[in-house]
Amino acid sequence: MIDGGIVIVGGGPAGLCAAITAAQLGAPVTLIDDNPRLGGQLIKQTHKFFGSKSHYCGIRGIDIATLLEQQLSATPTKVILNTTVIGHFKPNILGLANQHTFTKLSYQRLIVATGASENTILFENNDLPGIYGAGAVQTLMNVFGIRPGKNVLMVGSGNIGLIVSYQLLQAGINVSAVIEALPKIGGYHVHAAKLARLGIPILTSHTIKAAIGKEYVTGAVICRVDKNFKPIKGTEKRLKVDTICLAVGLSPLVEILSQIGCEMVFIPQLGGQVAWHNENMETTVSGVYVAGDASGVEEASTAMLEGRIAGAHAAATLTGKFTEAEAIINQAKFELAAIRQGPFGEKAAKGKEKMMQTVR
Amino acid sequence: MSKRTSKRNTPTRITDHPILQFNRGREITFFFEGEPMKGYEGETIAAALVANGVKVFRYSEKHKRARGFFCAVGKCSSCLMVVDGKPNTMVCMEPLREGVRVERQRGRGKI
Ligand SMILES: Cc1cc2nc3c(=O)[nH]c(=O)nc-3n(C[C@H](O)[C@H](O)[C@H](O)COP(=O)(O)OP(=O)(O)OC[C@H]3O[C@@H](n4cnc5c(N)ncnc54)[C@H](O)[C@@H]3O)c2cc1C
Ligand code: FES
Repeated sequence: MIDGGIVIVGGGPAGLCAAITAAQLGAPVTLIDDNPRLGGQLIKQTHKFFGSKSHYCGIRGIDIATLLEQQLSATPTKVILNTTVIGHFKPNILGLANQHTFTKLSYQRLIVATGASENTILFENNDLPGIYGAGAVQTLMNVFGIRPGKNVLMVGSGNIGLIVSYQLLQAGINVSAVIEALPKIGGYHVHAAKLARLGIPILTSHTIKAAIGKEYVTGAVICRVDKNFKPIKGTEKRLKVDTICLAVGLSPLVEILSQIGCEMVFIPQLGGQVAWHNENMETTVSGVYVAGDASGVEEASTAMLEGRIAGAHAAATLTGKFTEAEAIINQAKFELAAIRQGPFGEKAAKGKEKMMQTVR
Repeated sequence: MSKRTSKRNTPTRITDHPILQFNRGREITFFFEGEPMKGYEGETIAAALVANGVKVFRYSEKHKRARGFFCAVGKCSSCLMVVDGKPNTMVCMEPLREGVRVERQRGRGKI
């Protein structure tokens, strides 16, 4: 069996930064992703990144992916694409599957940077074709250049819901409305304002009651909700849409970590179940790290910084370059703290704090 | 039940985009339920089907409910189809190939 050295699962911003940092510190690195291209969520993000204090604000996600890819290709990192890590065997072996084969790979250190998966919500007919996660809509229209439909109802007004709505309009697709159960818009005002200028209604205190259709979506029933998110009778409205896009949050992808036996904690502010980790992103299993959305749903800039920390720490414990690693880690921690002080970093900051308090 | 909602040269492909350019690969012919369709090298089977107006990918086992795809990134198993006779193929991750035969899956599918 081959040994992967520091093995990183997931080639999004977190995994890429972990790989670049670890390789620059002289560690042997293997990076695995199930897509044909590196970049994770970034490869479908056409908008300019918003203003966290990281270096990449103002740059489009797709361009950040290219930048990181270039940095990675200057290192001797081994990259394995189109391959899913489907399991873990004790003590330190991963099961890898691609279209045709199953192989095993051992590791000396493991960094799990698998990102997050999209949530769904309960409503009548929520399994009909034509109902997609926001990420799926982005993949279709921004990666493949295919319109998912002609008329879309967007559920959720967080940044993802707002940004993807705007991207739908850019792709020539009509957005009938954006609905939000909370009494106020969840995402940044700039994103909401762009939609408002184009005349797209953002209906707060509204939810989806049902999808209409037999074989696929032909419409939706929305209604108002009261303070306790209970539907208000008589406020139902029918919309003629062929697509319903759900942007109702993400949950960290933690299967590998729980299979390994890392201690898990449930923290709503981080998106649900996460592997407990210390300041260096190390879980309760020595040598196993987590970074990015898999460690708590946040944003790309924090994912990159967490990746850098995990990569540096894992590399130092292998190569002995502790002083060099420490400088990188301290700088990244400093930037992380700055981002999390901002209004949109607050939630994650609370979540991480809560986790630290559950001492292991 | 209609197999698809639009014909060839379907308008669901984006040609003009303010930011993105789509460098599509070679045009490929494949078959959906025996019917020839066009797609491009480099896209997934799921993407090519949607571009051809196909919305229903399979029918669920117990209640025979229509299912399309949901996550597009290989995480939800909503998109399992029969590909070249092989059931349970996750078509949102499976690259499109020349001449590939794709069929809706009904229930679990026999191996
Ligand atoms: C629509 C949308 C808009 C966003 N807008 C912004 C924004 O404007 N600014 C911002 O900062 N952030 C934004 N974000 C958030 C940001 O994209 C994420 O926080 C960031 O991508 C997380 O990075 P990551 O590396 O942890 O995970 P990801 O980018 O999700 O990468 C994880 C990678 O791991 C792969 N993977 C998962 N499991 C396995 C496995 N078992 N085997 C192999 N590979 C696997 C995945 O396929 C993926 O490629 C947005 C997110 C979305 C969905
Ligand atoms: S659509 Fe979710 S696995 Fe294919």
